[in-house]
Amino acid sequence: MPGLGTTFGRGGATTFPQDLVNSDCILIMGSNMAEAHPVAFANVVKAKERGARVIHIDPHFSRTSALANLYVPIRAGSDIVFLGAIIRYLLENKAFFEEYVLHYTNIATLIREDFRDTEDLDGVFSGYDPETGTYDPTSWDYERDAEGRPLSDPTLQHPRCVYQIMRRHYARYTPELVEQVCGVPRALWQQVVDTLVANSGRERTSAICYAVGWTQQSKGVQIIRTAAMLQLLLGNIGRPGGGVMALRGHASIQGSTDVPTLYDLLSGYMPQPAALLAPGEGTRRPRSEEVQAPVAGEEMRPVGPSQQTLAEYIAAVGQKTGWWANLPAYIRSLLKAWYGSYADEENGERSYRFLPKIISDHSHLATSYAMLDGKVRGYFLFGQNPAAGSTNARMQRKALAQLDWLVVRDLYEVESAAFWYRGPEGETVDPRQIKTEVFLLPAAASTEKEGSFTNTQRLLQWRDKAVDPPGDARSDLWFVYHLGKRLKALYADSPHERDLPIKALTWDYERETPEPGSRILDEPDALLVLKEINGYYARSADGKEYCLREASHVPDFTVLKADGSTACGSWIYSGVYPAPERNRAASRDPSGYTFPNWGFAWPANRRILYNRASADPQGRPWSERKKYIWWDEERQQWTGYDVPDFPLRKPPDYTPSPGATGIDAHSGSDPFIMKPDGKGWLFAPSGLKDGPLPTHYEAVEAPIANPLYHRQSNPVARYFRDRPDNRLAAVGDERYPIVATTYRLTEHHLSGPMTRWLPWLNALQPALFVEISPELAAERQIRHGDEVIISTPRGEIEARAMVTRRLRPLRLNGRIVHQVGLPFHWGFQGKTRGSITNDLTHMVLEPNVSIEEAKAFLCDVRPARRGRR
Amino acid sequence: MSSRKREEAEEATAARPLLVKTLQEVADEALEIGSKRQPFSAESRYKAPRIRDARVVHSVCPYCAVGCGLNVYVKDGQVIDIEGNPDSPINHGTLCPKGAATFQYTVNPSRLTRVLYRAPYSDHWEEKSLDWAMEQIALRVKETRDATFVERLADGREVNHTLAMASLGGATLDVEENYLMKKLFTGALGIVSIENQARI
Repeated sequence: MPGLGTTFGRGGATTFPQDLVNSDCILIMGSNMAEAHPVAFANVVKAKERGARVIHIDPHFSRTSALANLYVPIRAGSDIVFLGAIIRYLLENKAFFEEYVLHYTNIATLIREDFRDTEDLDGVFSGYDPETGTYDPTSWDYERDAEGRPLSDPTLQHPRCVYQIMRRHYARYTPELVEQVCGVPRALWQQVVDTLVANSGRERTSAICYAVGWTQQSKGVQIIRTAAMLQLLLGNIGRPGGGVMALRGHASIQGSTDVPTLYDLLSGYMPQPAALLAPGEGTRRPRSEEVQAPVAGEEMRPVGPSQQTLAEYIAAVGQKTGWWANLPAYIRSLLKAWYGSYADEENGERSYRFLPKIISDHSHLATSYAMLDGKVRGYFLFGQNPAAGSTNARMQRKALAQLDWLVVRDLYEVESAAFWYRGPEGETVDPRQIKTEVFLLPAAASTEKEGSFTNTQRLLQWRDKAVDPPGDARSDLWFVYHLGKRLKALYADSPHERDLPIKALTWDYERETPEPGSRILDEPDALLVLKEINGYYARSADGKEYCLREASHVPDFTVLKADGSTACGSWIYSGVYPAPERNRAASRDPSGYTFPNWGFAWPANRRILYNRASADPQGRPWSERKKYIWWDEERQQWTGYDVPDFPLRKPPDYTPSPGATGIDAHSGSDPFIMKPDGKGWLFAPSGLKDGPLPTHYEAVEAPIANPLYHRQSNPVARYFRDRPDNRLAAVGDERYPIVATTYRLTEHHLSGPMTRWLPWLNALQPALFVEISPELAAERQIRHGDEVIISTPRGEIEARAMVTRRLRPLRLNGRIVHQVGLPFHWGFQGKTRGSITNDLTHMVLEPNVSIEEAKAFLCDVRPARRGRR
Repeated sequence: MSSRKREEAEEATAARPLLVKTLQEVADEALEIGSKRQPFSAESRYKAPRIRDARVVHSVCPYCAVGCGLNVYVKDGQVIDIEGNPDSPINHGTLCPKGAATFQYTVNPSRLTRVLYRAPYSDHWEEKSLDWAMEQIALRVKETRDATFVERLADGREVNHTLAMASLGGATLDVEENYLMKKLFTGALGIVSIENQARI
């Protein structure tokens, strides 16, 4: 999400899959869309039938490749070289959409004099601290005038303007380098460039679709950034048929970040308050060995600006200009929603102290290491299966065995519930050695509860409940609500200050009347929760207080206030439930180009984000063919086919007065309203932990040395090299010469908890396999159908060999590099069983989002036993 | 027609009394299909889709994030079929293999329906009541929180948190469920490692 958020302002897909039919070219990379998102891919096929060019770039030939006009095989992990070379081509040939780029991006902005590029410092940017493996991003900032306003050079001549910096940065990303690093012949690469350029501009638009083929890499955020920058240069953002289509993998993965269950975010992308710690000056440890909590006796030092008070928090994470200037209203409204009358005391300061502060990386994987060290006592798993589904799964199972207690909520007895008595073939498990107390609670299916999912296009869709869940199965809403009620009762008489948040928490979601026909009499009211998320007027003008149940709904986030009079659980969702009986997530009118009355898209039901950019700086459509939002001179407002993502009545020629704040500080031609300068960020002066421009590093495990720098892989990824369970293969390690990548099959989902108990799907895909090229198979004497062993420094698994031309050897610098691919859907539970692919992958964390690298690692493959089964 | 279907059809015909039809009766048996009247056999006239008379409940596919609309057909309190919603502008009634298998995901004899409990170092599951489990879990949470809660760091900064408990949720959780989890675990209890598949 930071890849899109840092570039455009919001961590969500900029468009919707149904708009792909308006694309003239669709580039799919880091995604096997036809097999992983088949129904969305139907739009790609429609576009192709209408004449669009479809390009698929992937290590693995799939049905997506088969249906594309152009398939480009590439070495896993080399994406930034391929895309960076396109950026170089556009800059050197002035093939970018000049008017769009000059007005809508920061290409002309000047960067500070003390900024140094990776080209100057052999693979790191200025501000790098080799001892901690982290960056101080101060020198990446804009050059500013005395008032703090960024300076720029619209002629693009200044050596420190973003244009010139990018030219120098990408100078070595040549077609020759593409051949050498990606294994893609330059003529094939050139075809991709020509197709994109021919299909972008005033009259035409191209879209880029990606999925976890990009996110699950040690520089995943920067790959997404490269695509986002490319789309800015081509002028494809905010326009029909354009955009960056992030293809999320789960029903509500977008929803889980918007209304987050993530350690570093509060709802609506407000950061979780922090009191960060780093090892002290005397005992500095490399960041790669950083642990989740301070080690007893070790000297630690505070880092980052103080966020001890609400005022300090707003100063530290807020913005003076752009839409985020409204942060005080959003955080106050969240505190009001959570803590009711307590949120009014001391201008909200008292309730702000209730919010726990993070001190380090408390992400899932970082927490797994802490768990392994015995620092985590209790763990909740809500429909999640780390024992098979998380990276380095063997280590995950060891970590679960260190817990005091574990609560698993699922429909089936998944691997993470059974880890204490069973493991994969060859792994002995002795229950008498495992202390973990396990509570396995049956959960309701999606058809057995009402509620909303937010899909890949930021669209909230409400599900009605069909039937009661069976037996003692309950919704997770029921579980959390009733656990909360019990805890409030247990703490009701506590005299301790630290228990006050529990007592203060507003927690009444009882139904007014039992649900007709249901035998479950105490199911909470999901609509009431949605009302809190939408927001309500907690205090009227005459000072009367209203609780959630009786209060009036707010119509949208523009009415939220920083004075405690409004409550709102997630400001970006505000407007989803603007009045009683008007749940817009449940609206089901499919009419219209953008079907505005089918579900509700955040923010404000906008379907294409940044759509101000669909018009030229004067507010006229770039072309009749790509008309979307434009300025209506007569009515003096923006109009078109979507909700304008811009102040409705701000004219295109509006110029901010000096000293203007908030959204008024942006001109009438600044389409990226969330950014402080209103521009799309080609260069990211802040917001990323691994650099302002995407740079090629090899994967953590790679078969070749990085030809660009001595820095082999991402210098600020966290490697945990000292962990015996997380051994990594070195460059050129002859024991692991093959590049491996993983992918999803159409018929299965993740580690299988939702599919491997289903006979229909098991019949279609009954077993784990590994795809191997005929050349590699011949080299290793493997026949189609043989059992083979795949090994990495973390472990070995067995799978059946599928010898196929879908994977092909690549020629890099005259050397042959083999790639294999395997799905990851099996485990030791369920109706079909098989090895756990995630036992092979390592646990190195990408620096921005702490995600693993499952899409490019090294392995070896050898025959297991002779003969076919 | 398969042999089994043919047998069924023959049985159905045999079960009805033999009648000599008038021309009018034959005409009555014709049905309007599109713009034309087509003759229908008596057998076809008696047949109806099993979803006729079923209650249609609007839902959304729980697998990938495309968000295909589902029609869930309910009869006598049971889900009898799940199909793509033809009205949805996202899927126009179509579904992929996973989405089309949602029925088996929900109606499945392997599903857990009772609470299972495994005591420390035990080698077996025990069936427990939901109420007992909820109370035990609440007690574990309180005990762990009380033992591990940190109000201030050594440098004096206030943190009000515990790092000794964590949660990991799947991304098939509803928006409303995620909201309450973060509110309770982080907002009330001070647990910071509240995580989700979105990170994976």
